Amino acid sequence: MRHLLDFQGWTRPEVENLLDTARVMAEVLERPVKKVPALQGFTVATVFFEPSTRTRISFELAARRMSADVVSFAAQASSLQKGESYKDTLLTLEAMGIDAYIIRADSAGVPHQATRWVKGVVVNGGDGRRAHPTQALLDAYTLLEALGTLEGKKIAIVGDILHSRVARSNVELLPLLGAEVWVAGPPTLLPQTLPGARLTPHLEEALAEADAVMVLRLQKERMEAGLIHLQDYIAHYQVTEERLRKAKPNAPLLHPGPMNRDIELEGTLADSERSLVNRQVRNGQAVRMAVLYHLLVGKER
Amino acid sequence: MLLIQNVKLVDALGERGPVDVLIGEGRILSLNGGKAETVMDGRGLYLVPGFVDLHAHLREPGQEVKEELSTGLLAAVRGGYTDIVSMPNTTPPVDTPEAVRALRKKAQALGLARLHPAAALTQGQEGKTLTEIGLLQEAKAALLTDDGHTNEDAGILAAGLLQASAFGLPVAVHAEDASLRRGGVMNDGPLADLLGLPGNPPEAEAARIARDLEVLRYALRRSPKRPHLHIQHLSTRRGLELLREAKRAGLPVTAEATPHHLTLTQESLRSFDPLFKVAPPLRTPEDVEALIEGLLDGTLDAIATDHAPHTQAEKEMDLLRAPFGIPSLEVAFPLLYTELHLKRGFPLRRLVELFTDGPRRILGHKPLHLEEGAEASLVLLDPRERPVDPKAFASKARFSPWAGWVLGGWPVLTLVEGRVVHQALE
Repeated sequence: MRHLLDFQGWTRPEVENLLDTARVMAEVLERPVKKVPALQGFTVATVFFEPSTRTRISFELAARRMSADVVSFAAQASSLQKGESYKDTLLTLEAMGIDAYIIRADSAGVPHQATRWVKGVVVNGGDGRRAHPTQALLDAYTLLEALGTLEGKKIAIVGDILHSRVARSNVELLPLLGAEVWVAGPPTLLPQTLPGARLTPHLEEALAEADAVMVLRLQKERMEAGLIHLQDYIAHYQVTEERLRKAKPNAPLLHPGPMNRDIELEGTLADSERSLVNRQVRNGQAVRMAVLYHLLVGKER
Repeated sequence: MLLIQNVKLVDALGERGPVDVLIGEGRILSLNGGKAETVMDGRGLYLVPGFVDLHAHLREPGQEVKEELSTGLLAAVRGGYTDIVSMPNTTPPVDTPEAVRALRKKAQALGLARLHPAAALTQGQEGKTLTEIGLLQEAKAALLTDDGHTNEDAGILAAGLLQASAFGLPVAVHAEDASLRRGGVMNDGPLADLLGLPGNPPEAEAARIARDLEVLRYALRRSPKRPHLHIQHLSTRRGLELLREAKRAGLPVTAEATPHHLTLTQESLRSFDPLFKVAPPLRTPEDVEALIEGLLDGTLDAIATDHAPHTQAEKEMDLLRAPFGIPSLEVAFPLLYTELHLKRGFPLRRLVELFTDGPRRILGHKPLHLEEGAEASLVLLDPRERPVDPKAFASKARFSPWAGWVLGGWPVLTLVEGRVVHQALE
């Protein structure tokens, strides 16, 4: 693969190959010395036009554990408003000899645009509502750990689907691995269509017989924009113990974080054994190591 | 005296010729030849009346980094335009008679295309207080519009239509319900959902057109003179249907379509390239078909460019922050000559009418036909094809969604009242 922007055009063997590499990387992370020389001599830049601590640290650790040099650029939204362009920033980094760019932006398509400007490989670290492919890969990895296979499994994604890059990437990726994906949320927060997913405004319909449930963060901005009343959301869309009884017994729970406890998810569930949130974070590193390895070294795609 | 020999004529009346056109004293002196100092071979070329653009952003005053009168009006004559209506959303907005006069004076000195400044309908384009409409008409403002600002207050629009009717000025509207549009940057629908881009629904246009037509009905009932509502850059099938019904009912409404809404669709946004970010957004192929149908059956009155130059850097920002707009003065006619006439058989006579008499009627100007005694504001068109090269644009905005498209119908000679303002004859 040349870049990782989203999963449009990907095949199942390509995804499985990448996840196989992630398994090898997970073993590296179990060792006392969590470092291999695979990316020695490569320079990786995290270019975050939108703030995010968790994802940036995860990527930077992934690169360092493979001995890459890492630089980090964090833009203030204000300096962008002053006219400093994404393109200029990237061209400056390009002049410094960067091999891989991990780009995060609040506007969909910035990583796609970046591929027109730089020679290095581009990893989408989350762009607007569009995609967050490494999050989807780590979700898939975590689901495979828990369920063994995704073939024929029903995965429910719950919450603000319309504005969620995590949901979009999962809806592209999980069906590639054989899963049936349902998305549920209030009609104001659902897209018109989402190829690969079944849409419903009824949480119970999505949860019924679900093999796993992914809960999304409800952004405060949506309530401020008047798209949903918080109490109405909690009353009808919060994932609770009682509602989860509709799903398969012990169906695991995922959440991309950061979590609003007792809003999208009942607080006690977040800490229960069903919650795979910490596994997700851990697997994120392994998956990102695999992505960087494939982009910079591997020629599999 | 200028003699163009063996040239075919096309205007709203139809196609004829070849004839030998003698031009002098700013007029067409003869269609049967004569003696002249300059003789041109017009074989294989078309002579048409000068184009009129109802909707160009020339950015002066205040945003000369994007465009200024000298570059915008040069781009205009290179595109075959002899008359240009400039939009008032400059910095500051053109909302006083003095500002209109200053623009006209400066444009006259340039001696390129004739400038007809549009003035703001409300002071500062803020939608609160009407401008000095009578005085603006005396200063020769072409029409009144708050343009990109969408006239949220129906009462002010009604008052504007009433006041403008007394002075015979059209009121042009950017018909888009801002509250339904919200932050939309592309056409709302499954593709916007897939690309994760905020959608601007076609219903935002239709809803505002429906409201504005009711406001027009009110003004029509209240005013002793007929008000004139002009809808800018219509982009949707539903908007067109509403317009068609209104025209059938006899409402005094006209409308324009742009070259980009006639040749591009939302599919372009798959590239995430802000070059394709326009307001209203590029729509679906069904909308494009409806617009072409509307041009043919007379529902749409004119093709207007909405020439909207920006700096290269602005158009290389991300899709949320990049400004809306495409520069198109220099390619509008060749684009539609090729894509509509050559490829789809759209009648050339009607296409020329949409660039000439259509906009002239909206401005209250007399039709211009190619006959003896007519004003010699004319364009010579070369059907030979060549690719679009934005680097050669006279406009400061040297980028184009049509870069590399191979087009025919290029203006090779533009005359304003007999004066040569553009010549690119080989």
